[in-house]
Amino acid sequence: MKKRQKRLLLVVGGLAGVVMVTGLVLNAFRDNLVFFHTPSDIVAEIVPMERTFRIGGLVEDGSVARGDDGITVHFRVTDTAVAVPVVYQGILPNLFREGQGVVAVGSLQDGGVFKASQVMARHDEEYMPPEAAEAIKRAQREAARTVGHPEGY
Amino acid sequence: MVAEIGLFALILAFLLAIAQGTLPLIGAARGDTALMAVGRSAAYGQLVFLGIAYAMLTYAFVTDDFSIAYVANHSNTLLPTQYKVSGVWGGHEGSLLLWVLILGFWSAAVATFSRSLPREVVARVLGVMGLVAIGFIGFTLFTSSPFERLIPAAMEGRDLNPMLQDPGLIIHPPMLYMGYVGFSVAFAFAIAALIGGRLDAAWARWSRPWTAVAWAFLTVGIGLGSWWAYYVLGWGGWWFWDPVENASFMPWLMGTALLHSLAVTEKRGGFKNWTVMLAILTFSLVLLAAFLVRSGVLTSVHAFAVDPDRGLYLLLFMAVVVAGSLTLFAWRAGKVGLGGGFQLVSRESALLTNNVLLVVAAAAVLLGTLYPLFLDAFGLGKISVGPPYFEAVFLPLMLPLLLLLGFGPRLRWKQDSPTELLWRLRWIFGVSLVFGMIWPLFVGSWSFLAGIGAFLGLWIIGSSLKDLVDRLRPRRESQQTLGTRVRRLGRSYVGMQVAHIGVALVVIGVTFVLGYDDERDVRMAVGQTVEVGGYGFRLDSLDEVRGPNFDADQATVSVFRDGQLMTTLTPQMRYYFSQEQPMAHTSLHRGIFRDLYVNMGEELPGNAWVMRVYYKPYMNWVWAGAVLMALGGFLAASDRRYRMRVRREDEVVDEDAKLAAKDAVKGRGDGAEPNPAG
Repeated sequence: MKKRQKRLLLVVGGLAGVVMVTGLVLNAFRDNLVFFHTPSDIVAEIVPMERTFRIGGLVEDGSVARGDDGITVHFRVTDTAVAVPVVYQGILPNLFREGQGVVAVGSLQDGGVFKASQVMARHDEEYMPPEAAEAIKRAQREAARTVGHPEGY
Repeated sequence: MVAEIGLFALILAFLLAIAQGTLPLIGAARGDTALMAVGRSAAYGQLVFLGIAYAMLTYAFVTDDFSIAYVANHSNTLLPTQYKVSGVWGGHEGSLLLWVLILGFWSAAVATFSRSLPREVVARVLGVMGLVAIGFIGFTLFTSSPFERLIPAAMEGRDLNPMLQDPGLIIHPPMLYMGYVGFSVAFAFAIAALIGGRLDAAWARWSRPWTAVAWAFLTVGIGLGSWWAYYVLGWGGWWFWDPVENASFMPWLMGTALLHSLAVTEKRGGFKNWTVMLAILTFSLVLLAAFLVRSGVLTSVHAFAVDPDRGLYLLLFMAVVVAGSLTLFAWRAGKVGLGGGFQLVSRESALLTNNVLLVVAAAAVLLGTLYPLFLDAFGLGKISVGPPYFEAVFLPLMLPLLLLLGFGPRLRWKQDSPTELLWRLRWIFGVSLVFGMIWPLFVGSWSFLAGIGAFLGLWIIGSSLKDLVDRLRPRRESQQTLGTRVRRLGRSYVGMQVAHIGVALVVIGVTFVLGYDDERDVRMAVGQTVEVGGYGFRLDSLDEVRGPNFDADQATVSVFRDGQLMTTLTPQMRYYFSQEQPMAHTSLHRGIFRDLYVNMGEELPGNAWVMRVYYKPYMNWVWAGAVLMALGGFLAASDRRYRMRVRREDEVVDEDAKLAAKDAVKGRGDGAEPNPAG
């Protein structure tokens, strides 16, 4: 091979590699984005079924119940406007409490139940999961707007 | 008094950093030896004052001085003394003080071990280190002083976060910071070379051991962090692709690329610009890590309290460093020249491929880590990128890298014959492929991932050992004893092979634990047995026990295999007096081929608990691999050729010329290597 041909081969090979890697990365990226939705979004039915996403809010007071097997837990996550039932199997974080912030990863099942594969609570006493705070903020902003125009338009 | 002495010492260190960051650079530009000499004394002085500041804070912790806000927030009279000492770096302010102390240590180390280097080079390197120190000490002083008083003083401290009360955490941050901050030396060398316009094999030889040591410390730091997460967080996971883990992993990947690129620059004089670029990028990623962890943009165990000033300061600091060094690069890089040419199949190409793959991997991690933060910052919605993304990207990138790793060290510089190479390694390749595919059958049902992992691991180990044996084989004409031949290998070479074998162990461990771990959350009543991973776990009793600063529920779990008692595990649920939150304390039985892991979840009615029971095969191979990698780094850095002292610049240049001449004759760089082909 001549020097020029070789260089051409290198450049073409390099470009092909770059294109392949970029495609691979972007493809993996698109498939694995986990979106965040609030309980209000779920009730408003703007959330796709069977896609993994995160919800955040407060664990509703008096909603936590353990199943007979000791492993299944049912509770409700609220953004102070609406609440969504959640089911989870396994050990809850040490700081999981009623009335406290929580973030869960999972997907929506038939009947509007959120099946969580992972439940995260705060990990120290000063900390509120930002997504839980966000959900409440959005719900309250919505509430304030509604209250501001009680008769509608 | 203690706090005031500490603060005063910190201010003095800051002033010395300003002197170190300016005078030697001016001196080097003007050729003024007196000004250049300031760098060394300023570095020592800085270390002394930072040491005093640090000692004062430690003293305040040990003597429970709760009139200092930081101490009151992170300690408690009941805290065991070793945790009071390590509590100094248990929060943002104190860990930053540790960071600058370590930076002072690296500066002083450069000042001490650079006596054989040209005066201008030392002055420039120390000057750049001084500029970095100004940034970090300034950050400590102006936004995060650990010496702030609490008025009125607290009667009792709020205690150290129980998660941080663990031996693993005593050493994790210092090791990690040694690594992070160590890369500032490689960065300083790169910037010094750009300023001086001198970037040659000698430069690479000076900068290489520093990079290797920093890289080895970072490896230890990340390994310890992972080990700590595995053991303390109690989720049984050891890597979560959590943004903070990624923050430390990106500089590691980039640093690994730098280490390999430096090899080409030292041996062949090639890749010069690329090496400098990598040094700049590695240090930029270190700054990014500091920003991610300390600005409050992330929420994780590592994230410290939110304060917008801190984030802004670090962001500005990062912007100045990155923009400044890249501008300098654009301006000066043209002057440093190109190295020797090489063919498609050569060690240079292999190392170039290694670099490209590592940098792409780091970029992919960067994308997954920063994209959600950007979206959030611009109010475009909250998303997160899950571990599947990182796994999907990492596997295809690491596969060719690991395959190449078996060939790399056997490839010749400049040009090699692919057919001959394949022929030399055909047996190793075949045997590792066959055994690799069979091995997983001894652990569980066959899986592709585990098969590939075992194959690649064996392939790397096999080709490393074959290379070692070939090099130790006596040459016909020479009468050297085995001892001499071992010594002639050089620590640099041995270190490389040790580190590569470490990589192999990590690969085997990771793929096996991913493929075959067994995890179960179960309700366990006293007397009940559950089966996990072929082991029987029986809950014998539940008791209450008392520790120095906590009460605990303790479960006694007997583990059986084929009816035979293997071990007894005692996990605890601890209730620290000073905290509202309970903390699960994991009990582990470690073994070469598997870890058994029991963790308490929550109490259930009827004398029962929800328990988390794990079987983790080959987990310890991951840690052992990390240890070997770090060991390899330290070994390589201690090679004799880096320690040759008191040599003048012209002699070094002479030797480069000789090396180059020899290359021209033999077509390869390592004159000392026996020819593996025989």
